[in-house]
Amino acid sequence: MQRQVALIKQSLFDQGYLDEQFMELEELQDDANPNFVEEVSALYFKDSARLINNIDQALERGTFDFNRLDSYMHQFKGSSTSIGASKVKAECTTFREYCRAGNAEGCLRTFQQLKKEHSTLRKKLEHYFQLARQAGPKETARRPK
Amino acid sequence: MVNPGHGRGPDSGTAAGGSNSDPFPANLRVLVVDDDPTCLMILERMLMTCLYRVTKCNRAEIALSLLRKNKNGFDIVISDVHMPDMDGFKLLEHVGLEMDLPVIMMSADDSKSVVLKGVTHGAVDYLIKPVRIEALKNIWQHVVRKKRNEWNVSEHSGGSIEDTGGDRDRQQQHREDADNNSSSVNEGNGRSSRKRKEEEVDDQGDDKEDSSSLKKPRVVWSVELHQQFVAAVNQLGVDKAVPKKILEMMNVPGLTRENVASHLQKYRIYLRRLGGVSQHQGNMNHSFMTGQDQSFGPLSSLNGFDLQSLAVTGQLPPQSLAQLQAAGLGRPTLAKPGMSVSPLVDQRSIFNFENPKIRFGDGHGQTMNNGNLLHGVPTGSHMRVRPGQNVQSSGMMLPVADQLPRGGPSMLPSLGQQPILSSSVSRRSDLTGALAVRNSIPETNSRVLPTTHSVFNNFPADLPRSSFPLASAPGISVPVSVSYQEEVNSSDAKGGSSAATAGFGNPSYDIFNDFPQHQQHNKNISNKLNDWDLRNMGLVFSSNQDAATATATAAFSTSEAYSSSSTQRKRRETDATVVGEHGQNLQSPSRNLYHLNHVFMDGGSVRVKSERVAETVTCPPANTLFHEQYNQEDLMSAFLKQEGIPSVDNEFEFDGYSIDNIQV
Repeated sequence: MQRQVALIKQSLFDQGYLDEQFMELEELQDDANPNFVEEVSALYFKDSARLINNIDQALERGTFDFNRLDSYMHQFKGSSTSIGASKVKAECTTFREYCRAGNAEGCLRTFQQLKKEHSTLRKKLEHYFQLARQAGPKETARRPK
Repeated sequence: MVNPGHGRGPDSGTAAGGSNSDPFPANLRVLVVDDDPTCLMILERMLMTCLYRVTKCNRAEIALSLLRKNKNGFDIVISDVHMPDMDGFKLLEHVGLEMDLPVIMMSADDSKSVVLKGVTHGAVDYLIKPVRIEALKNIWQHVVRKKRNEWNVSEHSGGSIEDTGGDRDRQQQHREDADNNSSSVNEGNGRSSRKRKEEEVDDQGDDKEDSSSLKKPRVVWSVELHQQFVAAVNQLGVDKAVPKKILEMMNVPGLTRENVASHLQKYRIYLRRLGGVSQHQGNMNHSFMTGQDQSFGPLSSLNGFDLQSLAVTGQLPPQSLAQLQAAGLGRPTLAKPGMSVSPLVDQRSIFNFENPKIRFGDGHGQTMNNGNLLHGVPTGSHMRVRPGQNVQSSGMMLPVADQLPRGGPSMLPSLGQQPILSSSVSRRSDLTGALAVRNSIPETNSRVLPTTHSVFNNFPADLPRSSFPLASAPGISVPVSVSYQEEVNSSDAKGGSSAATAGFGNPSYDIFNDFPQHQQHNKNISNKLNDWDLRNMGLVFSSNQDAATATATAAFSTSEAYSSSSTQRKRRETDATVVGEHGQNLQSPSRNLYHLNHVFMDGGSVRVKSERVAETVTCPPANTLFHEQYNQEDLMSAFLKQEGIPSVDNEFEFDGYSIDNIQV
């Protein structure tokens, strides 16, 4: 079981969903905070869902206030970076570039992509954490030092 | 590192105090400010792993209020750059001025311009997100370094032995500790301090600073103290003021020259930021000032003081409160400084006014009674900060002079001279007039917080306070106030918690936080504080001692705001008291802009006038510092452009302000 969990995690890294930052977070986890990574992830997804919502609304309005969108995205990028969500982060960067270029369509397209990546990552991580919990949180969640 | 008795060292928090060299970095009291909850949580975890004592905060206002409430409660602050309620740089400025704590900036943005901005604003470090724990492990060095430098300043200042006698003791101790604990980072310092130590070793006899001997308690720059400081500086001449003379003039027991020196340094930075925009306007202001001095004098001083006091620490005497209130009122409209930068600004109608009002109160000279304040304070309806508003007409700002019923009227007349705010106010709309005075409205609008910044309320009356007295130089608008303003404004934007602005230190901040939108963010920070009612700004102020300080600070910011508030026009109320911040900071970093706007806007009366003023402000565009309306984007870019300039104030002729020129 643990091995399975480890494999899943490894694949997440290999596929580029997560990057080293995630590992840093895992290092912060210890006996006193055994579920730190999971908690942070939960927080991230909750907060980013809100951001996505805001962006959705902003886009729906159709006014394309690029500055505002860029600002939202900056926030989003910051969070995603902190948690190590590399694919999501990449989409954020692309989106911001479109914002700067004033390319509304590019923004829309990228945003769809971003949402997709976001939701994929969420599912994967949820699955991962679930397994990790079953396998025994400490062992599995901790990266071999 | 820190002297055992020292209240502020890293280990001050621990009971041990003294030189526990081994666990030295442990228990460093860190305040982390970031609107992103994910980052905040991660940082907290990391810092705790480093054995630091962490306090989280997701709103800048709350952070400031915490800092104000616990003057010596923290050793270092880490703040994000992009925050919706307040620009991180503004927070940085405030903290530097009021609490003199080392501040580390961080951001996912690693562009050179932003990093440079951090440097120019005085951040001790800049971290790029994602932040790694290794980077956090060493932050204690900044605390140590700062302490050492503070001591050094006193030692180097001039030479009067007696001043530094006490310091020397401390320094020696500090040095010893530092040597024990500091890493290579401090070696350089250690050497120099050691040398110094030898030279002065015989001077120990000084009792003047007994308060500071052996440990340098942080000086709280209360409103009165700051007022005294500003008065002394003005008398001597801003660019000619030396800490020693200022100290003598102030004649405050227990105050050391180094306290004054460091405060002066900050003050100058502040002014510089403020006046950067309105450099050229400085001339105008001069004339203006002379004429109006009398009237403004009191006002400006007030503002300045208020802000200052605010900055200092919540110790706002009753009058300050009044001032604050006034300021706060005026300010509320000011959009949150931070806002301009981030589009996220909610359209809070920050402007509800109040700013203009506050400023007016100041004009009356010191006693900003709430009554006055309110008087001027527009019901906020005017001030609607609209992001897009460009208060172009400098008129907004300037007219103040006439309009301001309250004290400051003198300012208005001068408005004519300076186009002031109008242009810059674009965002803040609050430029209520006072800015005109100083023609310093150069406002660099950079910031234009779209929503909230009520452009400088040009309340001449109010502004004068801050701007005038503070800087003898015409162009020098009280930077302090400006910053304050920003804060206030920003909050205003939020919810018009202008009150909040006033009371920086205190709960007023809550007001800021009250914005519903942000409420959710305040997981950590209880929003209980948010009881900001914009209208209650005055109330808020009074309730909070800190408010007084806030006002003072606001005062400062106001001046700054004015100069830079071109963008702040949002509030339109600007009675055109173009706060010609003494031309100093036109360029004031975006931060200032925010402030300025806020502050000035307050003049309640300003507001009233502002409407009129807007039209009339006819400050001769000569110095239009404010660049024609800066849209948010413009401001940002303008600002950023400025940032690119090593010394932002290049374009403006500073009245010899420059940190380097601080004559100690």
